[in-house]
Amino acid sequence: MDILNLLIQGTLLGGLYALFAAGLALMFGVMRFINIAHGDFIVVSAYLLLVAVLTLGLHPLVGIALVTGLMAGAGYLGQRVLLNRVLDEDILPPVLVTFGLSIILQNALMEGFSADSQRVPAGGFDTASLSLGSEIAIGLLPLSMFLAAIGVLGVLHWIFFHTHLGRLLRATADDAAIVPLMGASNAHTFALATGIASAVVAIAGTMLAMKTNFDPTIGPSRLLFAFEAVIIGGLGNIWGVLAGGIILGVAQAIGAQIDAGFQILAGHIAFLVVLALRPRGLFAKS
Amino acid sequence: MTKSPWTPSRRTILKGLAASAASGALATPALARARPIKLGFVTPQTGPLAIFAEPDNFVLDQVKRSVGEGVMINGTRHPIEIIVKDSQSSSNRASSVAQELIFDDEVDILLATSTPDTTNPVADQAELNGVPCITNDTPWQPHFFGRQGDPATGFDYTFHFFWGLEDIISVFTGLWDGVATNKVVGALWPNDPDGNAWGHPELGFPGAMAQRGYDLVDTGRFQSMTDDFSAQISAFKSAGVEIVTGVVIPPDFTTFWTQAAQQGFAPKVVNVAKASEFPQAMAALGDRADGLSVEVWWSPHHPFNSGLTGQTSAELAAEYEGATGRPWTMPLGFKHSLFEIALDALKRTEDPTDPDANAAAIRTTSYDSVVGRVDFQSGPVPNISKTPLVGGQWRLDGGRPVLDIVENAAHPDIPLTAELRQIG
Repeated sequence: MDILNLLIQGTLLGGLYALFAAGLALMFGVMRFINIAHGDFIVVSAYLLLVAVLTLGLHPLVGIALVTGLMAGAGYLGQRVLLNRVLDEDILPPVLVTFGLSIILQNALMEGFSADSQRVPAGGFDTASLSLGSEIAIGLLPLSMFLAAIGVLGVLHWIFFHTHLGRLLRATADDAAIVPLMGASNAHTFALATGIASAVVAIAGTMLAMKTNFDPTIGPSRLLFAFEAVIIGGLGNIWGVLAGGIILGVAQAIGAQIDAGFQILAGHIAFLVVLALRPRGLFAKS
Repeated sequence: MTKSPWTPSRRTILKGLAASAASGALATPALARARPIKLGFVTPQTGPLAIFAEPDNFVLDQVKRSVGEGVMINGTRHPIEIIVKDSQSSSNRASSVAQELIFDDEVDILLATSTPDTTNPVADQAELNGVPCITNDTPWQPHFFGRQGDPATGFDYTFHFFWGLEDIISVFTGLWDGVATNKVVGALWPNDPDGNAWGHPELGFPGAMAQRGYDLVDTGRFQSMTDDFSAQISAFKSAGVEIVTGVVIPPDFTTFWTQAAQQGFAPKVVNVAKASEFPQAMAALGDRADGLSVEVWWSPHHPFNSGLTGQTSAELAAEYEGATGRPWTMPLGFKHSLFEIALDALKRTEDPTDPDANAAAIRTTSYDSVVGRVDFQSGPVPNISKTPLVGGQWRLDGGRPVLDIVENAAHPDIPLTAELRQIG
């Protein structure tokens, strides 16, 4: 019974990691650059939801929709105005620019919202659960995060493989230099990719806002697990992100069962093992 | 930072500077303003510890208003200049801003507050460079022993006042005794200096718990910023834990406490330091904050007055809430008292420009501050003064978290304001 519970909780946690990782994977897949400010974008979304729910008094679901739209727009513009200028053969400038963004965002949030730890109230939803027998209970919030992760990845899959935009994104991922020869604009494609990634980030951030406390400096710690989930799953594979997240979550749950000190370590070890055996990840595109 | 070869001669230079400043003053006695006395204040204004620094601006304004034109020292009115530096919640940064204050600003007294990451590096720099330093808001063991203090000799220039591990053990076990339980305690001790000290088999909680007949369920030192506590919760549930204790950062405690509700784990007593010390963090928990208990280092109910403004603790808290629109927090009293102690020492010093005279004045402090009596002769080890610690419990009053004092066995002079309740 303990083992079953452990697997369930670990898998649900994996959904959260997949949600954190999906945006990062998308940006890396299309543009080959790592957004160091990814975790801070998640925190910005959390604060936007806080404003929408507590200040404007909107229903959390309306708030999530609004924040997702806002972040998508901001992502598109940010890529067009700022990040496209530093994308080049050299991988270092975008990393440095997003590192700078990370610091600017943290301090701007600190100025605007102070260092207080915040949380968006989710009514009784955050503590509610489905009881499966006496031993196992599934929290509604973790469950909805897991379902959100599957939904987000499903939508991404559909965009990638069933739309004109998806064809453009895949072509750009394969060879960004050739695509403009066919008449497409790289600047526009990149910005669309960042826009979609930012919408995913918004969903992750709004879920985080309901799950636990956040403050302006909490972002970078979210980057590491997202990054590991992407690498475990394999670069360029959408569903690999979910697999990566689940492997990370279950490894942590098993580690914690042995000793609480092994919890995070077990996740890192799983990551290292995958990296050693399959450096391109479990489900990497050939 | 290692001791640079010219450090020993620095004191001579300082004395030379002081002498030349003094002679300059003597040359034009009628017009001369006394040399301003500089206080350097290191505080974590940004970063993860920033919540500790929230009362800073209020306290600094209040101190500047109280000091006004200056402080009378040996018949001369010296203006007071306070230079504030942000540690950015990093011990490296705290160390380098302390050096800036010592070498560039040439402060007369260094002050620092809030956790070992701030107080220890600042005090180390002060001791190394012979500048008097007063710190608080770090339990005294991590501050004194964390800096390799020797209980036989102590330090020459650095002084610290706060409570210690023995006090938190006494308060927490006092809180557990107040509710009828099966005496099975689940521990949440992270893998950081606090968690390791609290979980230390002899010096920490386990020894004291065994003495008092409490059973311990310890699942090991976890990493902070974890997203899942289901392993701990299932271990606590199967062992029948009715009391949960620990020292956990707010996001981790929220994760734990939310998951506990999802998993149907409902302990009778929960006291988790750090996470439950701030009303802002309690507000984030909503209804789930009701009944959580915590150690209290200062509150409006403490029967102490400020020697600086004459205010009672309650008046100080009320002025803070009125001026900032924010709820009072425990660091408010300690920030205030830090300046009380510094100004008191300056009033008694033989020469405010001489580091050794200032250190001697601080050493002989015996002062009733807003956090209680501070006396560096009375501590368990030299250079340390202990302040009282009691136990409190959160209650929701119209959705706002309010802290009641519910345990005062060691300090009956601090009145109880409510009875300890079982959660739920």
